[in-house]
Amino acid sequence: MKKGTLKQILLITDGCSNKGEDPAATAALALQQGITVNVIGILEDDQTEEPEGLQEVEEIALSGGGVSQLVYKQALSQTVQMVTKQAMTQTIQGFVNMELKQILGKEQTMEDLDPEKRGEIMEVVEDLGETSDLEVLVLIDTSASMHDKLPTVKEALIDLSISLNSRVGRNRFAIYNFPGKRKDIDKVLDWSPRLDSISSVFPKLTSGGITPTGPAIREAMYQFGKKSLLRSLRNNHEQDIENV
Amino acid sequence: MNKTSKTYDTFLRPGITIQGKWHHKQYVIIRKLGKGAIGSVYLCESNGKKAALKVSDKSASITMEVNVLKSLGKVQGRSLGPYLLDVDDWIVPGVGAFSFYVMEYIQGKTLPEYMNQRGEEWIGVFMLQLLDDLESLHEAGWVFGDLKVDNLLVTSSPARLRWVDVGGTTQVGRAIKEYTEFYDRGYWGLGTRKAEPSYDLFALVMVFLSVYHPNHFPKGQNPQAILFNRVDRVKALKPYSSCLKKALVGKYQTSAEMKQEISTVLYDLQMQKTTRSNTNSISSRRQDKSSNALEYIGLVLLALGYYLSSLLIP
Repeated sequence: MKKGTLKQILLITDGCSNKGEDPAATAALALQQGITVNVIGILEDDQTEEPEGLQEVEEIALSGGGVSQLVYKQALSQTVQMVTKQAMTQTIQGFVNMELKQILGKEQTMEDLDPEKRGEIMEVVEDLGETSDLEVLVLIDTSASMHDKLPTVKEALIDLSISLNSRVGRNRFAIYNFPGKRKDIDKVLDWSPRLDSISSVFPKLTSGGITPTGPAIREAMYQFGKKSLLRSLRNNHEQDIENV
Repeated sequence: MNKTSKTYDTFLRPGITIQGKWHHKQYVIIRKLGKGAIGSVYLCESNGKKAALKVSDKSASITMEVNVLKSLGKVQGRSLGPYLLDVDDWIVPGVGAFSFYVMEYIQGKTLPEYMNQRGEEWIGVFMLQLLDDLESLHEAGWVFGDLKVDNLLVTSSPARLRWVDVGGTTQVGRAIKEYTEFYDRGYWGLGTRKAEPSYDLFALVMVFLSVYHPNHFPKGQNPQAILFNRVDRVKALKPYSSCLKKALVGKYQTSAEMKQEISTVLYDLQMQKTTRSNTNSISSRRQDKSSNALEYIGLVLLALGYYLSSLLIP
């Protein structure tokens, strides 16, 4: 069986968007293109669980078919990898549910099967999660308030790469920040299989004043487009070799 | 993270009976035992027998844990995790379905509690027990993953270290499913998160460090030096320090290798103790000397037994 590539945008932010289109709408568009949008909202140390500025976090992930989570910066590392993995499982389960509906009828999902059958299907879901190729575009909010959180974000991303590169499937990461100097987003790191190299690029990030989350997600979506054509060709080739 | 996770807890009060949708078995809730990342565990009763029931709104996660428990049940001759008794869905009218599973209720003390009460000579015993179980698990193609103090309990008579939560158990060669930073070699910069025996052996050392550092400690600028230093500073771990350090840096490929070296250390240690009869390291114990001596002889025999049995296993 030929496995597809899972595509995710991981948005890391600490506040509300204040420029351009509604980020939930662009997230919905991304989902239409087969890209899941996950959102992590970083809380200030003195903030309570439900700050007003971060309400849109859940909304963006919901319409982007992904997972959202609010965390204090100390827990960022574990959260980043948990959110990414949960979203993978969720996406794969979505595919499996679609297949089940075709086989078993409209109203059938995994939850309607007895626990034994569900267990067998879950094994397949886990297998796919372990072996699928994954592309994660990390989109970092670098508006002024994020400044003191960037070192933690860097650590969390290196940690994410440790986790994901322990999988059987292959990974590609890219990092963009927003707002960009002249555009909505700026490239921090081009598609690469590892994130070890980010230590050198991170200090260059400068903080800006506005938070154009919506436009940033839209732009991020196109960064997959450019890449995936080239890569899918190469992938096919590599897979042929592996099969021999 | 999600607001609905509170709902099943609000319905599950002591005395409530829940019935499974598929297998129709009934369980009376006695009390809540704990809450984890993906659900809550309750003590319950079914047909006069006590059991532990784990319920969650994350059906997929429950199903994955059940799959692990089922495969552990197939590891011959040992009870590596709790026995799985039932898997089912619980329907709350007007709210939805919650998946749950029922397993053996393991009653015991935590490792730090037990060692505080019973003394440090148990370290070696528990190390060997843990290494023994890990060896069986690894040979069956699994890695424990989330090995930590919270997932272990000591049952009494005979004292046995049992695994109570095996949710992180991962097939060898895959990415560790669940981990806790302090026990994770990736966090300490001392390896990948690939499921291999050496991953568990690292966590095993951290388990014993945790017993003496319940509040844990930060990783600092040079994590390896910090860990080595901590191993050296705990008096009770000193005899094993060279083995523990080797495990920390991934020098052991299998638990059997480590078990072999630990049993050698333990054997030498007991020999020293019996010849010197009573010395400082154990004088803090309040029991009388004769029962101490009896215990040492028992331990020597146990250590010898372990050592010999490890020689028999090819």
